[in-house]
Amino acid sequence: MTVPQHSDTGEPKTGVQKTGEPLLSVRDLVQEFTVRERGGAKAGVVQAVSGVSFDVMPGETLGIVGETGSGKSTLARAILQAPRPKSGSVVFRGTELTKLRGGKLLQARRHMQFVFQDPFGSLDPKWKVRSIVEEPLVAYRVGNRAARRKRVDELLDLVGLDPSRYAKRHPRELSGGQAQRVAIARAVALEPSLLICDEAVSSLDVLIQAQVLNLFERLRTELGLSYLFIAHDLALVKQVSDRVTVMYLGKLCEAGPGESVYRQPLHPYTRALLDSIPSTEPGGARASATIKGEPPSPINPPSGCRFRTRCPRATDLCAEQEPMARELATTGHVVACHFPLTEPAPAAAAGNGTAVQPATAQTTTGQPTTTASKAVS
Amino acid sequence: MSEALLDVEDLRVAFAVGGREVRAVDGVSFTVSPGDTLAIIGESGSGKTVSCRALMGLLPTGTHISGSARLRGSELIGLSDSELRRYRGSDMAMVFQDPARSLNPTIRVGEQIAEAIRTHHKVSKREANTQAVELLRLVRIPAAERRFHEYPHQLSGGMRQRVMIAIALACRPKLLFADEATTALDVTTQAQIMELLLELQQELDMALIMISHDLGLAASYADEVIVMYAGKIVEQAPAAQLFGVGGAVRMRYTRALLDAIPHLERPAHTQLPIVSGRPPDPTALPPGCSFAPRCRYAEDDCRDKMPALAEHAPGHRWACWHPCEEGGAA
Repeated sequence: MTVPQHSDTGEPKTGVQKTGEPLLSVRDLVQEFTVRERGGAKAGVVQAVSGVSFDVMPGETLGIVGETGSGKSTLARAILQAPRPKSGSVVFRGTELTKLRGGKLLQARRHMQFVFQDPFGSLDPKWKVRSIVEEPLVAYRVGNRAARRKRVDELLDLVGLDPSRYAKRHPRELSGGQAQRVAIARAVALEPSLLICDEAVSSLDVLIQAQVLNLFERLRTELGLSYLFIAHDLALVKQVSDRVTVMYLGKLCEAGPGESVYRQPLHPYTRALLDSIPSTEPGGARASATIKGEPPSPINPPSGCRFRTRCPRATDLCAEQEPMARELATTGHVVACHFPLTEPAPAAAAGNGTAVQPATAQTTTGQPTTTASKAVS
Repeated sequence: MSEALLDVEDLRVAFAVGGREVRAVDGVSFTVSPGDTLAIIGESGSGKTVSCRALMGLLPTGTHISGSARLRGSELIGLSDSELRRYRGSDMAMVFQDPARSLNPTIRVGEQIAEAIRTHHKVSKREANTQAVELLRLVRIPAAERRFHEYPHQLSGGMRQRVMIAIALACRPKLLFADEATTALDVTTQAQIMELLLELQQELDMALIMISHDLGLAASYADEVIVMYAGKIVEQAPAAQLFGVGGAVRMRYTRALLDAIPHLERPAHTQLPIVSGRPPDPTALPPGCSFAPRCRYAEDDCRDKMPALAEHAPGHRWACWHPCEEGGAA
């Protein structure tokens, strides 16, 4: 599990669920953008990602959930070094990417591919499907023409598109779901070990979305892929992920095994996200807006805990001191909050919204929740 | 029902695309009572948006609309644009998905609201401005006087959608269409906007028609739910009869939609029950049930004959030859 911490080693201490070296290891990643006024005077710095750390183990899917402005997409791009992060480290398959340039970076990135939200935006409208899927093979000089042709047919088959019907089409002749399959075929062409999906199914209708999610699941087992699955939809992320990370305004709020984060959310923000989801489940509570307002600007984020301006449990401490991520309750479940939901609400809570009840849910092991906090920081 | 606010009967909308007729809406009937919340659910191309735009008179010329739609007894279908304008805004209004594109980026939001007021009422500019500030307060925008003078780009997505709602409510309509009004918003903002809409609905005694792809939204907020597929209503029932404890979805397509939604209850990495293929080509609809080509339970009768939408249980209409068993999952 990933514990962004201030230890000297920079190694996660606990909760690693799969043994061995992480496939991707991100430490204290910071990405900032300077906003300029007309004329070039510096107007402010957007603190898009502020010190995020996590690991992705081989064969694992790590989900990242967050709303607009949480920095989840910026994070994905910073891992790709496009643009390069301001500081921090990104180690992929044992190689530090932030120090690489040019051809070396390209080679290192070969095993890390992207699938974006809008398939039509990421497919060249003038190209045929065959050329689109073949392009990475050409770029990395894989095989001769005949071998590449065979490989493209295999890839289209793999994503459930009949090559004889679809290889000669242009993107405009495809539906959204088909176009996303083409984007996925292209992404897996070079046999990557990590696929970064940024809202990859968000624009699809629900039945098509289920088809693509199942495809991701099949590729995971057939190709041994790991995923970094980024989306705003908590239920969607939980469906595909071994572990879930919740981000708010460029920082990590909570991370842990999906089941644990959902059954026993520790951060008031995670609780609010869960409460906001309209559910069709029998007995599912009606969605409710438990937090007010909208995220503040990342140009001047609030001091201390960035969620405190909307948090029903916030006190003066939350404004003064930034909460460190610490492990609570279940192994590998970390939260960055002074007053996590395992504890009663602080008496001096500012009461920004409706009171959030402490979680009374039980942990996945069935043990009653205790405040057995094992602070790691 | 004589007291219906909106009574739609056999609404049909057809376009000509490349010389072929597209039947976007194919015989849709429903009623909305004053103060009700109706959700119309469907995927892209199901005809949910086109139905409502037909009622609002917002479809391009050359669209062939037939059937009947009576708003408080007055027929809307067949009216000219200028005649419809009397109803639009004052009796019925619409909020769209993308507030960024619906607002004029070069005009202060308060003035845009005031303009909507002055379009329908002969009031002075000053009076319209005062009303605009009140509307901003009505949609719970903090510091309304200050926000009045701001431009759309200075507002967040949620705030812009509140401004759009303020404009829609400028003439206190009796019926509000919300076309994917919260789809582009974050989930916590969506919950806030939905709660705002329901509160306003109570305050103004207004009926609400939510158009959405999200069954969860319908389950959470609507009184009555209509599910559309390929231009037709395939199932309709009170939300409580479809979802929740004791709820039962009967039409196979609705079931498939429900099953395809990722649930928090489901363990990670489980395969979702999927429906192959995609909705039929609207220019070449199959002779039988439109969903039959994708339905696992389709038999010969489904492919030969279109099942009629009929009330099989009190208040519950569905169009299916082989519906799901009572009590849920197929």
